[in-house]
Amino acid sequence: MEPFPSSPALWTGLAQIVVFAGLIVLLARPVGGYLARVYAGERTLLSPVLAPLETGFYALAGVRPDRDMGWKSYALAVLMFSAASTALLYAILRFQHLLPLNPQGFGGLAPDLAFNTAVSFVTNTNWQSYGGETTMGHFAQMAGLTVQNFASAAVGMALALAFIRAFARQNASGIGNFWADLTRGVLYVLLPLSVLAAVAFIAMGVPQTLAASVEATGVEGGSQTIALGPVASQLAIKMLGTNGGGFFNANSAHPFENPTNLSNLLQMLLIFVIGAGLTNTFGRMVGDTRQGWAILAAMGVLFVAGAVLLLVIESGANPALVAAGIDPALGNMEGKEVRFGIGASTLFATITTAASCGAVNAMHDSFLPLGGMIPLVNILLGEIIVGGVGAGLYGFLLFIVVAVFLAGLMVGRTPEYLGKKISAREVKLTLLAILCVPLAVLGFLALAAVSPDGLKGVQDAGPHGFTEMLYAVASAAGNNGSAFAGLTANSPFWNTGLAIAMLVGRFAMIVPMLAVAGALAAKPKVPESAGTFPTHGPLFVGLMVGVILIVGGLTFFPALALGPIAEHAAMLAGQTF
Amino acid sequence: MEHVRPAIVLLALFTLLTGIAYPLAVTGIGQTLFADKADGSLIRDGERVVGSRLIGQSFTGPAYFWPRPSAAGDGYDAAASSGSNLGPTSAALVEQVTARTGQLREAGVTGPVPADLATASASGLDPHISPAAAAVQVARVAAARGLGEAQVAALVREHTQQPLLGLFGAPAVHVLDLNLALDRLTRQ
Repeated sequence: MEPFPSSPALWTGLAQIVVFAGLIVLLARPVGGYLARVYAGERTLLSPVLAPLETGFYALAGVRPDRDMGWKSYALAVLMFSAASTALLYAILRFQHLLPLNPQGFGGLAPDLAFNTAVSFVTNTNWQSYGGETTMGHFAQMAGLTVQNFASAAVGMALALAFIRAFARQNASGIGNFWADLTRGVLYVLLPLSVLAAVAFIAMGVPQTLAASVEATGVEGGSQTIALGPVASQLAIKMLGTNGGGFFNANSAHPFENPTNLSNLLQMLLIFVIGAGLTNTFGRMVGDTRQGWAILAAMGVLFVAGAVLLLVIESGANPALVAAGIDPALGNMEGKEVRFGIGASTLFATITTAASCGAVNAMHDSFLPLGGMIPLVNILLGEIIVGGVGAGLYGFLLFIVVAVFLAGLMVGRTPEYLGKKISAREVKLTLLAILCVPLAVLGFLALAAVSPDGLKGVQDAGPHGFTEMLYAVASAAGNNGSAFAGLTANSPFWNTGLAIAMLVGRFAMIVPMLAVAGALAAKPKVPESAGTFPTHGPLFVGLMVGVILIVGGLTFFPALALGPIAEHAAMLAGQTF
Repeated sequence: MEHVRPAIVLLALFTLLTGIAYPLAVTGIGQTLFADKADGSLIRDGERVVGSRLIGQSFTGPAYFWPRPSAAGDGYDAAASSGSNLGPTSAALVEQVTARTGQLREAGVTGPVPADLATASASGLDPHISPAAAAVQVARVAAARGLGEAQVAALVREHTQQPLLGLFGAPAVHVLDLNLALDRLTRQ
């Protein structure tokens, strides 16, 4: 890489990373406190309006919110709700031509695409094998996809709360009530914040109408069909719930889905706000807020490192295009919007992949080889750098179990975290949860790379084509949903394979995670002693960063060498494919 | 089996609340408070819709500032947004960019070509170009309209927005606004 360039755009790019990180730190405490009150069932500002609604929901559903569930019951409830959600969404997508509010008259989706999309939205992945404005009617967008944007996010948050309780409680047989956690997440957190954000987005220019499109005759006389719809309401929850599925094909790069830098900043904040707040909720519930800050600090180190690297890389230019006559001053602008420039494009790309959101305001496929590797690595590290709402925190807590196990091995003590002794069973289950994602990624990648059906969808030749496939499977199994969109994934092979990867990435992780939660909740807390490893200081933060990078690096380095690293070498040698 | 009823009932209730009531309520609020924006920030010339202020459109005549190359449909198809998604070592990308810089050279652009003017945007509907991309077009537009270059350059500055708080985003020239302002100026 060239020595650090000194363009002013680069300095503002660095400054915006610092300002953004500062805003998130400021938001973490109030949001974390609010979440803690909501999930404890305490009264909040919104209770006068929402408490009757909540009680009504429980009455209709036959739920007793104060009845604790053991881990098996909690897991069964999650699986049951997700199965019902997948079935309903699949039906809506297959039969949208028979349903109301379909002004464009779109047909029902093919079985493989409907299956892929239903799984995608229920697992909070929001991978899109389709283009929104050419496939989905308003009813499917609203009553199908938007509902799962709320529900899948609330499921993730509920699971995080269940895992937090495992550390907060002792000698307990239960880890909370899933139905109460789910309902409270939707009613008190996601819905009110989405209404506020959606109205703010409309004020910034995001459309919200039931009209399908408008016909324009341009200044030079050409005709232009401008697709419209209820965009703002879907956009708000798409960001807040780290879903990422766009109303339009171009997602948050579309000027209707992200008109200004203010809407862009709000979107970036919405992606991180709940995930960052949950670290604070964790600290409060285990009775030591420093534990939450230590987690956020470790996430912050990895986040800032990725954001700075991506900014510097994309500020450079593609030598092949410079040779074709382009001025390198603006950086790598293929697949980026002028209003965002390199700074706001690369910051958004880092956030959306760190957080398993998957919304994009620039096309990751057209990043420089090493630039495209940064979002890819964010995903491959396990979606725990803040991570998806809830999923990020429980993923990170699983890595903590591994880290204290390693630290225990080094000093020859029984590993413990927050007074809980970690025994062999929990470590085994944790490794099972953590290893299912690499297994899904590398297994399916190997299959796709030798299968004619897999290779058919690849757009670019050479190492970049391999990276397109690697990114797709990583995005699916990591429940991220962003893409190297040159890959045409709307085929039975990719739709089905990626759907399976998404299911493995979500549920094969959740079930062992809940088993660990159940085991930990039942244990007593041992008092701290002189030999206790402090888990709130810089040493612990360093240990976490090291463990995450080593586990991710050892697992995926060979695949990265075949893709982005090989392509970087080819680019420097002036080779094209 | 105790979980079957809550799963089905809560899913139905969430569908009504977040899938129907929420988007319709937001639509009501938006249409009441910000009707123009909720309808897509349309620009009208009498009865005719000229476009949306937010959506880029195609300009090819020498008297207009040209927008960026677009990969949306056949170009600026606002019903099929898309980037090219071509990778950095794609031969097709290099060919495309070479062809575009060649066309710009024929249109009188000298020196290195501003990157945004020869590369496709992420959405294919980018309404902006960089100040540098506008600057290399000033002479052509001024000549085609019989205006002074200083006058056109001043109009470009007037339609240039700065990054939010000086931090977030990049300076950007709004192509449609600028071209409409040019038409108004020439008509006077």
